[in-house]
Amino acid sequence: MTNKFISIEGIAKRYPGASGATTTVFENLWLSMARGEFCCVIGHSGCGKTTVLNILAGLDAPSEGAVIVDGQAISGTSLDRAVIFQSHALLPWRTVLGNVGYAVSSKWRKWDRAKVKAHAQTFIDLVGLTGSEHKRPSELSGGMKQRVGIARALSITPKMMLMDEPFSALDALTRGTLQDEVRRICLETGQTAFMITHDVDEAIYLADKIFLMTNGPGAVLAEVVENPLPRDRGRTDLHRHPLYYALRNHIIDFLVTRSKTFTAEKPDHDPRNVPVVHIGKPGLTIASSGEEQRQTRIPGTNPGLTA
Amino acid sequence: MTSSLRLRAGLVSIALLAAFLGIWHLATRSTAPVAAMSPEYAKLMGLTATQGKSAMPGPLDVGAKLWEHLKRPFYDNGPNDKGLGIQLGYSIARVGLGYLLAVLVAIPLGFLIGMSPLLSKALDPFIQVLKPISPLAWMPLALYTIKDSSISAIFVIFICSIWPMLLNTVFGVASVRKEWINVARTLEVGTLRRAFTVILPAAAPTILTGMRISIGIAWLVIVAAEMLVGGTGIGYFVWNEWNNLSITNVIIAILLIGIVGMLLDQILARFTRMVTFPE
Ligand SMILES: Nc1ncnc2c1ncn2[C@@H]1O[C@H](COP(=O)(O)OP(=O)(O)O)[C@@H](O)[C@H]1O
Ligand SMILES: [Mg+2]
Repeated sequence: MTNKFISIEGIAKRYPGASGATTTVFENLWLSMARGEFCCVIGHSGCGKTTVLNILAGLDAPSEGAVIVDGQAISGTSLDRAVIFQSHALLPWRTVLGNVGYAVSSKWRKWDRAKVKAHAQTFIDLVGLTGSEHKRPSELSGGMKQRVGIARALSITPKMMLMDEPFSALDALTRGTLQDEVRRICLETGQTAFMITHDVDEAIYLADKIFLMTNGPGAVLAEVVENPLPRDRGRTDLHRHPLYYALRNHIIDFLVTRSKTFTAEKPDHDPRNVPVVHIGKPGLTIASSGEEQRQTRIPGTNPGLTA
Repeated sequence: MTSSLRLRAGLVSIALLAAFLGIWHLATRSTAPVAAMSPEYAKLMGLTATQGKSAMPGPLDVGAKLWEHLKRPFYDNGPNDKGLGIQLGYSIARVGLGYLLAVLVAIPLGFLIGMSPLLSKALDPFIQVLKPISPLAWMPLALYTIKDSSISAIFVIFICSIWPMLLNTVFGVASVRKEWINVARTLEVGTLRRAFTVILPAAAPTILTGMRISIGIAWLVIVAAEMLVGGTGIGYFVWNEWNNLSITNVIIAILLIGIVGMLLDQILARFTRMVTFPE
């Protein structure tokens, strides 16, 4: 990766534990993302995913290390990095328009009401909430609330979107529609996205890169899995792709067994050079230029069929 | 369904009121046989003894007297004889002034304390000690330092209504959901704008609840305070009529105190509903 839009450089998070000891959630964590890339993080509860996201957002500060965005170390929150919260975090005393408008007027302080309203309306339309502008969050379904959250995040035209399990509280059908929506919007706008999920299929559908984290405390970024599926993949025929099961099994294997044993089995794991896993494309794996990242090849179920 | 429930509840209320008035009337009717006594003695004892009349006025006496008061609520015949409207006006004005001062102090202070864990911890022992002090215990100190009975009463109202508002504001501000604060932070909203656009609306229902408790306490305390300082006000009226042995007027005053208290509470309840948001 030569184009490091976002670079997390050796961050650690420690909390004071019982009787003077410190608990290390993770340390020496390195990862990077290119501009326009969609990255998902998968790992068990408590391994520190939310902590990483909050540090990226600037809501939390790392105990060590730094986060570089677009060549600059971040300090605190920024309108360049929008967050979509798991619990949607809408302000219940504001309407849909009021919630999106609040974000818009926070970014463009000098805009008059009409301009704010028009801009907010564009993004409400974008997420398919036309007609519900004047409803309050309590009058919306879970899926609609999350749409407002997405509209609010997009309305400030951020450089990147940070999403903490944004769809985990939704039913499968709504989740599917919103995944489509988010994927469409991110592809159209070239958004860089960082998303935490527990849903392996969600990660396979949305992500270009999947970060696998081991269990905490002392969690490490074990692998970066490149998504071998074509960019024009559809959510419904995902499972028909010849590499789908190899990818899925690899992630599930990690979650079920290797996430616990990884640290013990790989004592020589270098957090600065996390192995990049390419599933089933032995002929196409090219060592990434400049950085000597170790390549792991995992044969797909049917590598002959890959285009 | 709800409307029929309301109707039935209203009917039951009216029936209960009628029963209460009926029993009251029967209980205070003249019943006892008139005792034979010398006219001199009878004069001393008054109607109670001579006509077997109860010392307690009946609902009809109270109604007639109330009508008299309602016909001319604002007359002023010197210090000990003023219309009920004037007396209530004094009390409401004192409560209003003391309460307003308390709002002006409690809400900004509560905001500061709620937003700063340091101040919150530092001021906590003072608040814990000051809060349980009966507001009337301040009265001598107030009279001594302020030297004006009316202002002292206002001070007592101020001191008694400040605590529920202060504590509720602190609590409301301190327990604003972290995620709402985080929304404001990710949008780079400044401290002042955050206070007005996120913390105030989020804490408003809790703050208004405190204000509602406060107005109730203030109205309870004003009656006692005016009994102590004297001069004017509904509390003084009650005490004065007790000294005049006019139980009828005392009952009327009790009724009016209740009604005004209810109205004050209803006004605050309405404000509370206005700022409450469904989640
Ligand atoms: N304020 C805190 N004090 C102590 N430990 C904390 C605190 N916040 C989070 N942690 C710990 O950090 C770890 C990572 O938490 P989190 O990032 O929320 O995990 P995840 O999102 O992966 O489930 C957890 O084990 C949690 O117990
Ligand atoms: Mg989490």
